[in-house]
Amino acid sequence: MSIKVENLTKVFDGKKVLDNISFEVNDGSSLAIIGFSGSGKSTVLKIISGLIKADEGKISLKSDEVALVFQYSALFDSLNIFDNISFALHERKDLRKKYSKEEIKKIVEDKLKVVGLEGIEKKYPHELSGGMQKRVSFARAIVTNPQVILYDEPTAGLDPITSTVIENYINTLKRELGVTSIIVTHQLSTIRNCADRVIMFYGGKIVFEGTPEEMNQSENPYAKQFINSSIEGPMQMLTS
Amino acid sequence: MVTFKFKDTATYQVIRLISFQLTEFLDTFGCIVEQFINTLKYIIKLDINIGELIRQCSRFAFDSLPISLSIVGMTSIIISIQVAPEMVKQGGGGAVGALISLIMTREMGTIMAGFAIISMIGAAFASEIATMKVTDQINAMEALKVSYFRYLFVPRVLAGVFMMPVVVLIASAFGIFTAGWASVVSAKISWLNYINSVWYGLFVKDILVATLKASCFGFAIALISCSCGIRAKGGAQGVGIATTQAVVWSFIAIVIIDYIFALGFYF
Repeated sequence: MSIKVENLTKVFDGKKVLDNISFEVNDGSSLAIIGFSGSGKSTVLKIISGLIKADEGKISLKSDEVALVFQYSALFDSLNIFDNISFALHERKDLRKKYSKEEIKKIVEDKLKVVGLEGIEKKYPHELSGGMQKRVSFARAIVTNPQVILYDEPTAGLDPITSTVIENYINTLKRELGVTSIIVTHQLSTIRNCADRVIMFYGGKIVFEGTPEEMNQSENPYAKQFINSSIEGPMQMLTS
Repeated sequence: MVTFKFKDTATYQVIRLISFQLTEFLDTFGCIVEQFINTLKYIIKLDINIGELIRQCSRFAFDSLPISLSIVGMTSIIISIQVAPEMVKQGGGGAVGALISLIMTREMGTIMAGFAIISMIGAAFASEIATMKVTDQINAMEALKVSYFRYLFVPRVLAGVFMMPVVVLIASAFGIFTAGWASVVSAKISWLNYINSVWYGLFVKDILVATLKASCFGFAIALISCSCGIRAKGGAQGVGIATTQAVVWSFIAIVIIDYIFALGFYF
């Protein structure tokens, strides 16, 4: 088991965003987390990556090397693409003196090659399209050879073709690097193309769990409502 | 019958507003103290990003120098236009240079350069870090297991400590020069008399105190600006609030530091 989440609870401003959530992700597989905005999907990723602490519960990771890919790429806008990707190699305490300049150059070139963006090292993030920025953020995430990659809405705000390109790269990273992935998404295409399993959050709890195929054919009212994009069903817009 | 509800009264609203402002004040103060301790830990351990420190030092000095020179230069001209002719009339023309150099080294050079640096560098530090915060760049840094204190705070704070005295000393010298020019033009004092008089108002103690005070100003401005930036929430409005807070808190901080120095060294 690569990731094991047990009884996770998180409260923000008196509201239970995560209520005793438990799930597991097998080595080298990918899990999609779906649900309404504000249902705690991104919070789970932030807790797993160590950005925030859970109020209760336990997370077991096979490897400490966890990468998080942010919804809007979150590239450092004052640094060029080379410096963005090599940032952890220059600045992280345990990696600072590990690589020579030539080695870092080679690593950056290799990672850019994985995401199909060779030769853009000297450009700045604002000179790239949204899809390219997203791919650069993938390259930055894999620079430390993580065993787990967490994607926060990787295809949000992208056109369908660029979304497919991004989905293909998620699969490439999974296939070629053997990483375990958790993908928070709203998009059905991302679930179909990238996920081995799906869990759905609502009201801080898991209301559906299964494969994408099982979700398509499920009689679970939550899954059905999500697949049909219906406003009728057990899930109501959260107003507070 | 009209029922009286305390919540509807103006008194309640005033209490609510005061308690909100007080909470906000304590929250900001607590954050600055926390960031101060964390930054100090890195400085004590000498865990410093030298490349970033050099970049921030050059930015601190070069970006702030033109506006510091302008503000200190203009202020000294304004003072000397008003003071020099009066002193000549009272028979004190020979002491204009001494008075100006005393004012510049003890107070005006440091405080006016401090105000210039808050508006130029402090605001830039705060808005830059606030933007990084609201666009997840700080989270990205933490997700990469890189300390933002080492990368963002320590170089900026040390740049303030090292470069603020340099800016203040250059600006004060420039202020003494522009005041001399204004005195020559407005009060018909000769350059030679003015320069001879300047030396009587220059004391080693004043220069050392000004240097130390400038370092403290630089430390406070950089630390407060970075701390306010890192507290930013939301979007553009959050960045605006953080920048405003940084400027206001920095102004208050340098005035308090100035007061402490005046009491400590000249009272």
